[in-house]
Amino acid sequence: MDTFLWGALPYVVFGVLVTGLAWRYRYDQFGWTTRSSESYESRILNIASPMFHYGILFVLLGHLMGLFVPSSWTDALGLDEHAYNLLSLFAGTAAGALAVVGIGMLIYRRRRYAPVFRATTRNDKLMYAVLVAAIVLGLVAKLTHAGIETGYDYRDTIAPWARSLFTLDPKVGLMADAPVAFQVHAVVGMVLFALLPFTRLVHMFSAPVQYLFRPYIVYRSRDPHDLATRPDRRGWERIGQR
Amino acid sequence: MRVMAQIAMVMNLDKCIGCHTCSVTCKQTWTNRQGMEYVWFNNVETRPGLGYPRRWSDQDRWRGGWELTKRGRLKLRQGGRVRKLAEIFANPVLPEIKDYYEPWTYDYKDLTEAPLGDDYPVAQPRSLISGEPMAIEWSANWDDSLGGGPELLGDDPVVRKLRDEVGARVRLDFEQSFMFYLPRICEHCLNPGCVAACPSGAIYKRVEDGIVLVDQDRCRGWRQCVTGCPYKKVYFNHKTGKAEKCTFCYPRVEVGLPTVCSETCVGRLRYLGVMLYDADKVAEAAAVRDDKALYEAQLGIFLDPADPEVRRAAERDGISHEWLEAARRSPVDALIRTYKVALPLHPEFRTLPMVWYIPPLSPVVEAVSASGHDGEAAGNLFGAIDALRIPLEYLAELFTAGDVLPVRAALDKLAAMRSFMRDVNLGRVPDTSVPAAVGMEPEAVEAMYRLLAIAKYEERYVIPTAAVADARSLEESALAEGCSLDYDGGPGMTGPFGDDSGRASLPLVTIENFHAARRRQTADREEDA
Repeated sequence: MDTFLWGALPYVVFGVLVTGLAWRYRYDQFGWTTRSSESYESRILNIASPMFHYGILFVLLGHLMGLFVPSSWTDALGLDEHAYNLLSLFAGTAAGALAVVGIGMLIYRRRRYAPVFRATTRNDKLMYAVLVAAIVLGLVAKLTHAGIETGYDYRDTIAPWARSLFTLDPKVGLMADAPVAFQVHAVVGMVLFALLPFTRLVHMFSAPVQYLFRPYIVYRSRDPHDLATRPDRRGWERIGQR
Repeated sequence: MRVMAQIAMVMNLDKCIGCHTCSVTCKQTWTNRQGMEYVWFNNVETRPGLGYPRRWSDQDRWRGGWELTKRGRLKLRQGGRVRKLAEIFANPVLPEIKDYYEPWTYDYKDLTEAPLGDDYPVAQPRSLISGEPMAIEWSANWDDSLGGGPELLGDDPVVRKLRDEVGARVRLDFEQSFMFYLPRICEHCLNPGCVAACPSGAIYKRVEDGIVLVDQDRCRGWRQCVTGCPYKKVYFNHKTGKAEKCTFCYPRVEVGLPTVCSETCVGRLRYLGVMLYDADKVAEAAAVRDDKALYEAQLGIFLDPADPEVRRAAERDGISHEWLEAARRSPVDALIRTYKVALPLHPEFRTLPMVWYIPPLSPVVEAVSASGHDGEAAGNLFGAIDALRIPLEYLAELFTAGDVLPVRAALDKLAAMRSFMRDVNLGRVPDTSVPAAVGMEPEAVEAMYRLLAIAKYEERYVIPTAAVADARSLEESALAEGCSLDYDGGPGMTGPFGDDSGRASLPLVTIENFHAARRRQTADREEDA
């Protein structure tokens, strides 16, 4: 079981994520959108959405730092284990709380306003469940294993395991010995990764950073193949085009 | 000089009777779908009035279009690139559907399934957005023809601005009011705010004809374009989560047909044609310091298609002979550049719009006639244009950022034309001093009269086809160039069941073949075919 969860599942998830994204990019450009509901209701969204998004971005940053920056590096920077624990505890919890409150308000809004609720698909509901579970379980794992003086040092167990995944030599034992709360969080997190390509969450992969560098006005030539013919219907594209 | 061509439109507001045929046919063609219930690519609003969406031209509220930085550079009014990305999680100035209007239907089952009784059954209105019963409080044309009166129309951003900044009171009481209709489509600007605002780069301006389009596959639904467009003519499809906008009916224009709104216009007030402009000067013209100089600046970047130097440059820049010829005959070019009677809508937004308007003289004529004078006599009209300051100032706020001179010049020309042509039509000796007073030759006045009053279909819509311009690559085949065996369905490549077996679409035929086939099928005698 441990081998499956910590040795095989990550690779399965990675495979699903990559092939899912490739498939979606190839076949469902039209469905690749944020599906914003702002035009139905903007008052709550204007507060809650930035709250959640900035919260989750800091959470992501924290995960990247915790999992992929070895403690020897931060030690070299003069950030000892105690200081790191405090940073992780307070900054991490703040970011997590921001995300939780944000998504809480978003879900309340989604249920409360009829137009928004009507625009919610089953896919969205599943996504929300897994997303909330992943965030809340992460917070629970962190807070139940933390103290001001000293906390659970995942940088000696979970982080090396995560890094070992990329060297194709997963150290299953490290993760198997981790507290159950962290294990559950990790599994739910992996499920979330596997779901990404198939939900509206794909919009995270089209973060428009290139906007900062392109000229304001975009010119494009007419596609000579499209000239005066009807474009193919979705799903009926001719072979050998584009 | 870098010559580019743009298909542009001019609308003669004097002729608009506010029948909304353009809006309805456009909606039937393009936005008759779920998610687009509230969307009108073409709408006709009454001026003075709030418009659609309500108070759209108030950029202090909606933050559309461009503004100049202190150093005189163009910047989107909604903020720079970094700020826009920082605000991407919720666009703080996005209009909600309710700012347009909440679309609804009726519960018709109440009518057909009501039990027999004394009370007449009523179909309850139901929101198409929430599905709940709703009270109808606003729609696309709630204030049509000054509906709502002074209480409502005082909120017109132009009326407010005139009151607060110019100190002029627009009289909205019924007896003293004036009004005209303003049909609006996407302006297909030379310096479009929506294109600049799109983080994904999905909105683009077509090189060949300047039509601004949204690539539905690349749009990711960030909604910045809705804010970026000061005319609020990019809409968010709440079903697909993508932005959609007026396409200038490009599938029709490409084969030489006018847009649906032009084709169906009852008043025949729309003109379509090519404008040539110098693409190198666009940014410079949009960044002119003085708002009131923007109209002249935009006029300055248009090129004269009859000028040999321009023609040489155009050929060098890949504009085909057909397009150049169309530009030379362009009614739009004549109204904008030659006669200077057409003016841009809200040039102060700095997007360099390409749908221009001939300001309406009718409110003035109307006012003169109502006071018991001859509404078409030149002297009366010239005097009245000046005396009726309010329509003039109102029009100037719409079309020239508040500069009354160009509006007055345009109205004077229209007044001179009316007066001069009345003499001609009544067989009197026309007074040549009337055209001279507005700086025109009598022949020019007659030509302008022909264009404005009796121009036929072919004169109103001079649209070079994409197909003709690219004729060489399309010769005798609707397939693209190359070997016919490169594509499915080439000669000898059919399956055992014949050409059309199992295909959903019609086989491709050239237009000529299509017409020839139809002639053959419908002709009564052999020689007609």
